[in-house]
Amino acid sequence: MYAFDIERPTTLADAVKLLAASDENQALGGGQTLIPTLKQRLAMPEVLVSLTAIDEIKGISEDDEGRLCIGAATTHAEVAAGAGKYPALAALAGNIGDPAVRNRGTIGGSLANNDPSACYPAAALGSGAIIVTNTREIAADDYFEGMFATVLDEGEIITEVKFPVPEKAAYMKFEQPASRFALVGAFVAKYADGVRVAVTGASEEGVFRWSEAEAALGSNFSPDAIERLSLSGDGMISDLHGSGEYRAHLVGVMTKRAVAAAG
Amino acid sequence: MPQVNMTVNGKPASGDVEGRTLLVEFLRETLDLTGTHVGCDTSQCGACVVHVDGKAVKACTMFAAEADGAEVLTIEGVAAPDGTLDPVQEAFHQHHGLQCGFCTPGMVMSAKALLAENPTPTEAEVRDYLEGNICRCTGYHNIVKAIMAASGQDVSKIAAE
Ligand SMILES: Cc1cc2nc3c(=O)[nH]c(=O)nc-3n(C[C@H](O)[C@H](O)[C@H](O)COP(=O)(O)OP(=O)(O)OC[C@H]3O[C@@H](n4cnc5c(N)ncnc54)[C@H](O)[C@@H]3O)c2cc1C
Ligand code: FES
Ligand code: FES
Repeated sequence: MYAFDIERPTTLADAVKLLAASDENQALGGGQTLIPTLKQRLAMPEVLVSLTAIDEIKGISEDDEGRLCIGAATTHAEVAAGAGKYPALAALAGNIGDPAVRNRGTIGGSLANNDPSACYPAAALGSGAIIVTNTREIAADDYFEGMFATVLDEGEIITEVKFPVPEKAAYMKFEQPASRFALVGAFVAKYADGVRVAVTGASEEGVFRWSEAEAALGSNFSPDAIERLSLSGDGMISDLHGSGEYRAHLVGVMTKRAVAAAG
Repeated sequence: MPQVNMTVNGKPASGDVEGRTLLVEFLRETLDLTGTHVGCDTSQCGACVVHVDGKAVKACTMFAAEADGAEVLTIEGVAAPDGTLDPVQEAFHQHHGLQCGFCTPGMVMSAKALLAENPTPTEAEVRDYLEGNICRCTGYHNIVKAIMAASGQDVSKIAAE
């Protein structure tokens, strides 16, 4: 690792100030992605601004519209234990990595990083969540911009994520056994006004909504409804773990399993 | 260099650290607590697992500065002061839960975290919880058996000896 300083502000306002002080300053969430990145010298911050001592961006609550609001610095383990109002989300969080990763990694870090194989992006997009930052509220549909890319500005901090709670939902992840990330993961959620299907791990563009499946499931919420749908392997990630065609096939399989699991 | 202060195995510990000093480096190099191992240094193997404020974390994937003010428990703090082994350590001993022993500190710390959360786990729950702890020697069966035994369950029918 290159040398850098660490600051641990206890208020959001101080964190925003520290990040604004220089382009070379970077937020530190749970460090479960950033620390390995720093070890490989793929990042060279001057100051890491730790968000883990800021109580105002931690914890789980419910707002007036019944949405589940999760502070950005809430760990995966805390979501697994505390998001009982949205069981599919709690289950997703409880299946990220391993227990030690879940005790440090945060929802804000995962969404800021937007790894194309990460789990939370599928939940946020599949739920039509709102990503709240220190400056604005961003609809999940407008937030993700491809692999490892989001609309976040330099120094912008995710503070909270608001999840509308669906009638039913499930996430099914086909694990890449070495990394435990999703080789393909499908998040399916049924709301009063329609069904959302978000797929992670598959596309070179990162997480995406599978609109044909959403339409088919909207009129018939059962695995049979999407039996005949298929996706092309073009534009799907192809690597030593699986070809684009294989991933495209898995999208159908995992989506069907998610629909079945949602019940 | 900033100073960090924490409680390690019940005793106050402090030292100067750089921003980039990992918790595992502080434990091993500053405090000379070399029981916590570094297997991969890439967050995969779990040999470095310690407890921070009661929670299992990979000490190679946390900065020492972030443990300022925390209670840290390492493998050195697990046995009683008179040397009596913790039930998990004793069970690893009785059930041959280790061969070379390199992964063992992390395995024991993960096992203790599991049993604190779930005092009588099923075999499947034990295996699931050890997802982030890699062992190159044992094939895991006796590790799982040891943890089940430490939880007070009958292990005569579990896995292979
Ligand atoms: C062994 C292992 C297995 C894993 N398995 C999975 C898995 O199965 N599924 C999965 O989804 N993930 C997995 N992960 C990744 C894990 O979920 C990380 O916790 C997550 O990707 C990053 O969150 P973090 O809080 O650790 O962020 P950090 O690593 O601290 O930060 C990541 C990035 O986000 C930025 N950032 C952090 N917080 C904020 C914020 N609030 N606002 C703005 N920017 C911010 C940082 O500057 C950095 O660029 C795994 C990781 C490991 C080590
Ligand atoms: S040394 Fe920390 S996980 Fe391997
Ligand atoms: S006993 Fe040798 S690595 Fe586990």
